[in-house]
Amino acid sequence: MSGAAPLTFEGEGASRIAWRRRFDVLFQVVALLVMVVALICLGTLLWDVISDGSGRLSWQFITGFSSRRASQAGIWHALTGSLFVIIVTAVLAVPVGVAAAIYLEEYGGRSVVARIIELNITNLAAVPSIIYGLLGLGLFVRMMGMGRSVLAGAATLALLVLPVVILSTREALRAVPRSLREGSYALGATQWQTIWHQVLPVAAPGIMTGLILALSRAIGETAPLITIGAVTFATFAPDSVWSPFTVLPIQIFNWVSRPQTDFHANAAAGILVLVALLLSMNAAAIWLRDRYQKRGLA
Amino acid sequence: MTRRGFEVVIEWGLFLCALLSIGTTVGIIGVLTAETIGFLEEVPILEFVFGTEWTPLFAMPHFGVLPLIMGTVLVSTIAMLVALPMGLLTAIYLSEYSSEGLRRVVKPVLELLAGIPTVVYGYFALLFVTPLLQQFIPSLSGFNALGPGIVMGIMILPLVSSLAEDAMRGVPRGLREGSYALGATRMQTSLRVVVPAAFSGITAAFILAISRAIGETMIVAIAAGQQPRLTFDPTVPVETMTAYIVQISLGDTPQGTLEYRTIFAVGMLLFIGTFGLNIVSTWLRERYREEYA
Amino acid sequence: MSATTRSIPSLGDLTASRQASVETDGPCKIEADRLNFFYGETRALQDISIKIKPHLVTAFIGPSGCGKSTFLRTLNRMNDIIPGTRAEGKVLIDGSDIYSSGVDVVQLRRRVGMVFQKSNPFPKSVFENIAYGLRINGMAGSKSELAARVEESLKQAALWDEVKDRLHDSALATSGGQQQRLCIARALAVRPDILLMDEPASALDPIATQRIEELVYDLKKKYTIVIVTHNMQQAARVSDYTAFFWLGRLVEYDRTDRIFTAPTQKLTEDYVTGRFG
Repeated sequence: MSGAAPLTFEGEGASRIAWRRRFDVLFQVVALLVMVVALICLGTLLWDVISDGSGRLSWQFITGFSSRRASQAGIWHALTGSLFVIIVTAVLAVPVGVAAAIYLEEYGGRSVVARIIELNITNLAAVPSIIYGLLGLGLFVRMMGMGRSVLAGAATLALLVLPVVILSTREALRAVPRSLREGSYALGATQWQTIWHQVLPVAAPGIMTGLILALSRAIGETAPLITIGAVTFATFAPDSVWSPFTVLPIQIFNWVSRPQTDFHANAAAGILVLVALLLSMNAAAIWLRDRYQKRGLA
Repeated sequence: MTRRGFEVVIEWGLFLCALLSIGTTVGIIGVLTAETIGFLEEVPILEFVFGTEWTPLFAMPHFGVLPLIMGTVLVSTIAMLVALPMGLLTAIYLSEYSSEGLRRVVKPVLELLAGIPTVVYGYFALLFVTPLLQQFIPSLSGFNALGPGIVMGIMILPLVSSLAEDAMRGVPRGLREGSYALGATRMQTSLRVVVPAAFSGITAAFILAISRAIGETMIVAIAAGQQPRLTFDPTVPVETMTAYIVQISLGDTPQGTLEYRTIFAVGMLLFIGTFGLNIVSTWLRERYREEYA
Repeated sequence: MSATTRSIPSLGDLTASRQASVETDGPCKIEADRLNFFYGETRALQDISIKIKPHLVTAFIGPSGCGKSTFLRTLNRMNDIIPGTRAEGKVLIDGSDIYSSGVDVVQLRRRVGMVFQKSNPFPKSVFENIAYGLRINGMAGSKSELAARVEESLKQAALWDEVKDRLHDSALATSGGQQQRLCIARALAVRPDILLMDEPASALDPIATQRIEELVYDLKKKYTIVIVTHNMQQAARVSDYTAFFWLGRLVEYDRTDRIFTAPTQKLTEDYVTGRFG
């Protein structure tokens, strides 16, 4: 059929079809441009931080404490503060979050109460983090008398990440095949025996992955901890859950807010440390997920 | 304890943990309400809500919250002007056009953008974006609404993109195929069939993005300034509701005073605003799911 | 009866002793009395009444969706874990209604064991798979007692020789036929009276299937076995009594040899001769 005339259509001239095609191409170009812009922004941000801060990165920087002189200031107090707070947050959030998820997924069913709790969790996940700070200030710092301590900060962050922990634990529980539960029930196991001995061990890697991701969000949180009174100039690493503390993002914030450019370099270096911490946590989560996905289930 | 008794205790224990989430909401509402009531005992609500000067720390204090609201609205609007169109375009492209290879590049980039802590964005806004903008707008002051607004938009873009993409992916294939069968191009199908079909889901995504912008704290605390000002001008320093709370928290305001209570009153407004938006967004998403269940 | 165009499965394997042990009356291990079962609003079982005898193999046959698996699962109340289900009528085991209030379902399931269509060993070692049932039911005893019980169960399931050197390896590393026998051993370990088997060999190759069928024949000396199968030849080979289900109803229940040579219902005859299903 070579050499035959191309198909033409009544009513629509060739120019209109051409215009439609041009719009289509234009649309694709614009959309691609948008994505390129996003990519450029990310790249520029990273390049900016790296170029500002890599000069300041050194062992002294990581192990030093804060100082009035920019060149001597370090982040050890903030780094240990961050790690300490995150660990306590995990200790608080995991039992409650996993327990709540188990209830909703295994026991709650479609009851009205369960529905209300689910709705509530969805809403809590979208509340601004500074509101959690106000809650922590009013409830933990003042009413429960914890003061401006690591414990108050960790409790606040635990409430903040609780919806995320609950949601990801539920997904991990849901992924456990029904045949496993049935096999256990058929032997005369109770519901809790089945959950504790069969379901939880199988869901554990998924739960851990969700937890690490939730904690990696928490480690970058600044506003709620400022609100409950984390200090911005500390000369010590926290030694107990009752001691005052600071965290890495707050130290970065403090340095950025100073007019002297020397401190800006410190801030950039601090950002690099924070980002490194985040990347390693995310890498751990991904490694965990891949390793257990390979092992798989029967 | 008998086996059955033990099981009942376990179930109650788990139930109480689940109830804790309700406790959180109750706690938030309780704390905010208690302090706001204390605040409103000293400051008439009309002055609070309609006043145009916010100077609570001055010797002659004024407690009109409109400048803070204005600051929030200004920055958020700029952010939405960036995030909503770009996010939607990205979502349309990823959902209707893109190849697997491109998705594998773009998706991680978007996830990275979403995962960067907001202090880092604040640093970027103050020390890179604002100076850059000052090259084009010489009158732009060091603290302003434009820089943090744009950066906030970039930060929220991934949220809009992923939620809108989910909404569009929920549109049944049959609708698209019907349009293609009539001879429509991909762009026409995307814009005239898919997007309208996913309208509730996309609107829910937009509303959630606005809520996120309003509640954002660190970018504006670092880069927007601490001068409450009732203005539409994006080139001058402003203060948002969230930045104000940070400002007071950093200071030495003693607890129990009126100045202390102002952060809860402002927080209450913030909570009501975002909570209301979130409820609408959830309702829209539920309705959307019913349409295409 | 009209002549059939396909051959009826051969029953020449039935030994004389097997035929002689079958009685029409006598003790009844499991009895259903006008059982109706609902998934939500849909009625899946209608007025099932049946008396299942002890120490025999009873087969449930019928086309897909006829309710035979659903009925099997009512015998150990396994359907309880599916939300929205409801049973009306009685199911009596050794004379007591298992659906009356106050019945301990957990204890029931220990006494009435189940083996599933797709073998579902736990992702643990072979040893732990068996030990789990013993531990949760408080039947574990000392370490040596536990090991002895595990060995006994594996021998009962004719699996001991194959896994005795691999007891602590993962159960998932065994073949499909071995996994299913492991599930049988696991069920037997908790000393049930009754063993329910839901198409236990449907996912297995012919040799593995044969071993399962031999096992069933041996096991009935100690247990009462109810086996659901879509394979009529298997039902004919393995069972003493057969119940034919269709669209949620029990159509005919009789000795296996009579069901396959001289059924009284036309529907039964059509099914066993292959006219449908």
